[in-house]
Formats: sequence, structure tokens, C-alpha cells
Amino acid sequence: MSVKRISVTYYAQLREQAARAQEDIQTNAPTPTELYAELCKRYHFSLPAESVKVALHDAFTSWHVPLQDGDSVQFIPPVAGG
Amino acid sequence: MCHCRTVIPFNSFRLWQEVENLFALTDQPIEQHPALLQAQAEEAGAKVVFEGWVRNRNEGRQVLRLDYEGAAALAANEFSHIEQEARIQFDIVDLICVHRVGTLEIGDLAVWIAVQAGHRGAAFDACRYVIEQLKVRLPIWKKEHYIDGDSGWINHP
Repeated sequence: MSVKRISVTYYAQLREQAARAQEDIQTNAPTPTELYAELCKRYHFSLPAESVKVALHDAFTSWHVPLQDGDSVQFIPPVAGG
Repeated sequence: MCHCRTVIPFNSFRLWQEVENLFALTDQPIEQHPALLQAQAEEAGAKVVFEGWVRNRNEGRQVLRLDYEGAAALAANEFSHIEQEARIQFDIVDLICVHRVGTLEIGDLAVWIAVQAGHRGAAFDACRYVIEQLKVRLPIWKKEHYIDGDSGWINHP
């Protein structure tokens, strides 16, 4: 399992709970699923993965897409535009 | 083809041609840009505009102000999908959507959508489709601040 460097961006309540808007992290997580679980342990996110969406390089993607070194991941809490 | 922009050179808007097919998040007041409101495509016989305003109550609580934030590039990409879906379903000419971010007070304009079409039916239907999809799909968040000092992020069901 290789260590990857991933850029992670947080919004809304995730940004507040992580106390940061963006960070580069080193991780072994193979997909966003394991990455979010890892971050939940670190920051005690109140939102379960079921209510969060994930985006890769500014496009919505699957929780099961393989993560590559240098990827830019965004975790998207429930939205409320309009 | 969506010419989505994520940064708005609002002050440079002068002609409809400069703003057609636009989606943008802006931290500037939408209502202070009359070029948007006067824009008109020559082939469009109908134009439907939806305006979403900040109101003073939500679910029984008195609201003081809202903080909006958005993921601009992701929102623009997702809006281009919504626009393509609207164009497939409805015979429209042009579509513009501008959404405010930052701190908004009661009575501020939060979102402005204009759809132009040859005829009114398509314009009404497409405008309704776009606002409904925007509310459930675009990565935009709002935090309400209440008169009792409490605050909270709003989640649409």
C-alpha cells in the first residue's frame, strides 16, 4: 500500500470542524471512503459519509474511485443553495 | 456549450452577449447590476426570471443574516450539466444564473436565474427545473444566524 499526498478541501460544517479550509495530507487510503473515515477519526466529523458527497478535481465522483498521488479531493456536506 | 465562468467581472457587463450562458458565484450585490436585468436576446419572445431573496424567518425562527459559501469550480461544472439537461428537455435560447456568496442581510438577493426562450412555456419550465436542481445539486451552503444568537448550517431535505 503506497503513501499518497492528497489535497483535501473542506466546506461549511466540515471546514469548521476541521478548523481549516484545505490541507495536504499523506495517506494510505485507497479510495475517498477510507480517506473520509481517516479524517472522521482525526477531526470527529459529525456528518456520516452517507450524507456527504465527494468530488475529485472539481467534478463529483464515486466514493470508490482509486486515489492517486497528487489528487485533489473535496468533501461536500449537504447543500443549501438558493 | 456552456461558457461557465467562476469569477465574475461584473463591472464589465454591458451587453447580453457578454453574459449569456453564464453561471457565476459572486460576492457583489446582484441587484446592483442592471445589465443583467435588462439583457434580452433578439430571438427570445419570452423571459422568465427567478429571484431568491433572504427572508427574515425560517422554520419558525427569526433570522438575522445568512453566510453563504460555495465551491466555485465544482459548482460551475455541475451547473453545466444542469444547463445541458435543461437544453435537452426545453427549447430555450439562453440561461443565466448568478448566486451570491458571503454575508447576506434580510432583503438581499441571493440567487438570480433568467431563462430566455422562443415561447413562455419552455422558459417557465426550464427556469423551474434549474432552480430545483440548483437547490439539491450545487455545492453552495448557507449558515443562518438567529436573533437569539444561535446559528446553524441549513441542510435541504
